[in-house]
Amino acid sequence: MTDLVLTTFLKMAFILAVILGLVPVLIWAERKGSAFIQDRTGPNRAGIAGIRLAGLIHPIADVLKLLFKEDVRPAGVHRVLYALAPFLVFFVSLLTYAVIPFGDYLEVGGRRIPLVVADLDVGILYVLAIASLGTYGIVMGGWASNNKYTFLGAVRSTSQMISYEISMGLALMGLLLVSQSLRLTDVVAGQGVLLWGFLPRWGVVIQPLGAILFMTAAFAETNRNPFDLPEGESELVSGYHLEYSSMKFALFFMAEYTNLVVASALIATLYFGGWNIPWLPRAVIEARAGVLLPLLLAAHVAICALAAALYLRRASRERGRFGDGRDREPGLMAGVCVLLGLAGLAALALRPWEIGPAGASLLATALQVGAFVGKVVFFCWFFIWVRWTLPRFRYDQLMHLGWKVMLPLALANLVLTAVVVALV
Amino acid sequence: MNGKVHGYGGKMTLGERLYLGEIFRGLGITIRHVIRNLLHTGDLPTVQYPEERRAYSERFRGRHRLMKREDGTPRCVACMMCSTACPADCIHIVAEEHPDPAIEKAPASFEIDLLRCVYCGLCEEACPCDAIRMDTGIYDLAADSREKFWVDKDFLLNNTTDGTR
Repeated sequence: MTDLVLTTFLKMAFILAVILGLVPVLIWAERKGSAFIQDRTGPNRAGIAGIRLAGLIHPIADVLKLLFKEDVRPAGVHRVLYALAPFLVFFVSLLTYAVIPFGDYLEVGGRRIPLVVADLDVGILYVLAIASLGTYGIVMGGWASNNKYTFLGAVRSTSQMISYEISMGLALMGLLLVSQSLRLTDVVAGQGVLLWGFLPRWGVVIQPLGAILFMTAAFAETNRNPFDLPEGESELVSGYHLEYSSMKFALFFMAEYTNLVVASALIATLYFGGWNIPWLPRAVIEARAGVLLPLLLAAHVAICALAAALYLRRASRERGRFGDGRDREPGLMAGVCVLLGLAGLAALALRPWEIGPAGASLLATALQVGAFVGKVVFFCWFFIWVRWTLPRFRYDQLMHLGWKVMLPLALANLVLTAVVVALV
Repeated sequence: MNGKVHGYGGKMTLGERLYLGEIFRGLGITIRHVIRNLLHTGDLPTVQYPEERRAYSERFRGRHRLMKREDGTPRCVACMMCSTACPADCIHIVAEEHPDPAIEKAPASFEIDLLRCVYCGLCEEACPCDAIRMDTGIYDLAADSREKFWVDKDFLLNNTTDGTR
């Protein structure tokens, strides 16, 4: 029992660390990615002693600024709801993650710890139920702020959520018919096999229409462009969080990105194989650990060497360009890369692939968790990428797409899947 | 871009009305920009402002300066032509008698309110003895109080072209 509690807490800590660690990186990726899409430079100023990491220091500056800002509460707000709303939004966005498996299992001392916080047998229902709770925070914040723009944002958020939750649920039902389980670990495990011997049996392969519908609905549920009408800067100033300042605003802002991580994790789990590495099942990794590990370490060393060479070239090219601490940055980064490469070489020299089956199991777990995180990061980038590609929908277009296009398609997909599943 | 441009009245083809293909085409365009800008960061058109500065034309009208005679006194004869021509009423001159009887007047004080100035250059054109010029090329005007934008004769006399005041 104490073991269960301890491992659960460790898993929660891991998930929290990954999500909260991803948030500033995503904010950076959003700013830098949007800059590069629009042929701009993006953040490159903030630095600690000249170390700027291509703008990665900016989130620290942002957080410091938000922490020390005055927490303004406008007149006429509903005090309780106004204070509660940002917490609710942020809390709910983290809550969804409890049922998403981020790996198969971790073998410690002969015991297998499943890498999911709560392996509920109604996992997908839990996800749908909790995800829609996030709207309550937005509605509460929008209504309690006593401002017509925030109120309009909240109203839009509700109508959008109602319209797209239906298609989302129906699209998911097709997947459930195929996987025959509501438990997310079963859904992921079912995607680990190959279809016709060469194609990974991922959700996107057997439910392509469902995958597109689910991803579209996920964009709408996270209030991301092209569905960010609740924020709608051009007409609602900034929507539901207009009256918030300081850390309350920061919570809304962070909730947007945690929502993004959770939506990406859901897409990866349900339709893109979760922690499965295509064509590389666990048994193969464990059997070939003696080949895989040296290859991985060699690749690490090669990448470090390449990065160090690129930084050195930059250091020689831009010598004395700024005349302050920033000139040291490429050289320092080259040094860090060399150190990382040397660490890889040292690991190679220690021959860690001779540890045996326990080590092989650990390697397999690490690779699977890595694959999952990689997929999540890719979909996070996909969200950002789409945001800076597509324009925002008009309100009637949003409703048209939700009710007249996606709902019939989701129903058709469900009926078709049901017929196929019944026949096969 | 030499692609076909669709106006509002144009009918979209079935492929375009399905949206998905067009969305991926758009995603392709944006990712091409990302990759190009990642690989060639130096080619971005952004000017890294405080370190790098755009070269302005020589005719650029920047902060004013007052010209000096060979003996270091202002060329200005306090004729008030510039302050009369000024559409923003930002030049304030008080005249006094010049010690040299050959010269009629000299400015006792010559002040410009830089916050009111519209940088039109009419004062330069009005000046009969080329005493006021706007050729310093200084455009980054910043101060922490309004009073500091009210500049006097000494300031303007020492305002030089290279921007070092």
